Amino acid sequence: MTTGILGKKLGMTQVFDAEGKMIPVTVIEAGPCTVIQKKTVPNDGYEAIQIGFQGKKAQRVNKADMGHFRKAGKGAFAHLQEIEIPDPSIEVGAEIKVDMFKEGDFVDVCGTSKGRGFTGVMKRWNFKGGRATHGSMFHRAPGSIGASAYPSRVIKNMKMAGHYGNEKTTTLNLKVVAVQPDKNLLLVRGAVPGSKNGMVFIRHAVKKAN
Amino acid sequence: MNLLQELELSNLRTDFPAFNAGDTVRVYSRIKEGDKERTQYFDGIVIGFHRNGISSTFKVRKESYGVGVERTYPMHSPLLEKIEVKKRGDVRRAKLFFLREVSGKKARIKEKKDWISKKSLKVPSQGAATQTLEPAAPEATAE
Repeated sequence: MTTGILGKKLGMTQVFDAEGKMIPVTVIEAGPCTVIQKKTVPNDGYEAIQIGFQGKKAQRVNKADMGHFRKAGKGAFAHLQEIEIPDPSIEVGAEIKVDMFKEGDFVDVCGTSKGRGFTGVMKRWNFKGGRATHGSMFHRAPGSIGASAYPSRVIKNMKMAGHYGNEKTTTLNLKVVAVQPDKNLLLVRGAVPGSKNGMVFIRHAVKKAN
Repeated sequence: MNLLQELELSNLRTDFPAFNAGDTVRVYSRIKEGDKERTQYFDGIVIGFHRNGISSTFKVRKESYGVGVERTYPMHSPLLEKIEVKKRGDVRRAKLFFLREVSGKKARIKEKKDWISKKSLKVPSQGAATQTLEPAAPEATAE
């Protein structure tokens, strides 16, 4: 058993539970992943495994990567991910499947959030903004960003407009609603970061005892 | 079709009769009270659908003691026991929200005349029904 698996976010839908309650779920096509490399303390200074997800045509792989994939001998992969602190018994070439999770488990899902480009403070930092009408000339601006003569500079980490989104985001403690090992599907309650067809990494929840 | 759509399709309910906006229906739904479960029905006119795969819903409206009551049902909920269509309505729009503003005579809905069944009633007297209904029978005897 390992700690995590790579997957593709397929989108959101809803399912009904045994009591007939509607549950919003995100459907993730998770795995199968292959262990490509095993890192050990004598070799690399730490313990980890590298897993690959989704096959890639051999002609699209550069020579450096090809040499790396050849060592495992399981073909080339489009996505790679290193997992720390795995079960030491796992060997190179082993397959990791979605059945590592079961219904009722809690998982964390990491992904890349949707990019929003250059964004104002209202969207990026939830500033309140000003009044829209009645002669107001203060609509979506940030307002004051500090005092004048002292400190004569803008303090660090001031919340201002800028690039928002397209960064690694983790949603913690999502409940697994269903697992379909035959189709490699994982249904988790609620939303996960990123757009449809985005890559996500799913692991057992680290802040919750399963 | 992707896996998400397949998953949705496999959860859809197909055991209800087809009905449309304007139809008068009786919806039987299971209700849980404490640890007891019973079936409750709700009569009314379907005033609209929200068609969106597994998330589809429909709205049923009735007037109860002079007060309009509307209920929205998820179309694919396992809590729905059955749906009976009492009357087919003849309406010209998909959403009948105007019913909220009108009452009395204006709130009536014409009943749909079933033109097809009427035609089939007329046909036997003209002698055409035997041809359309049993085209395979004469061939079988010839062989």
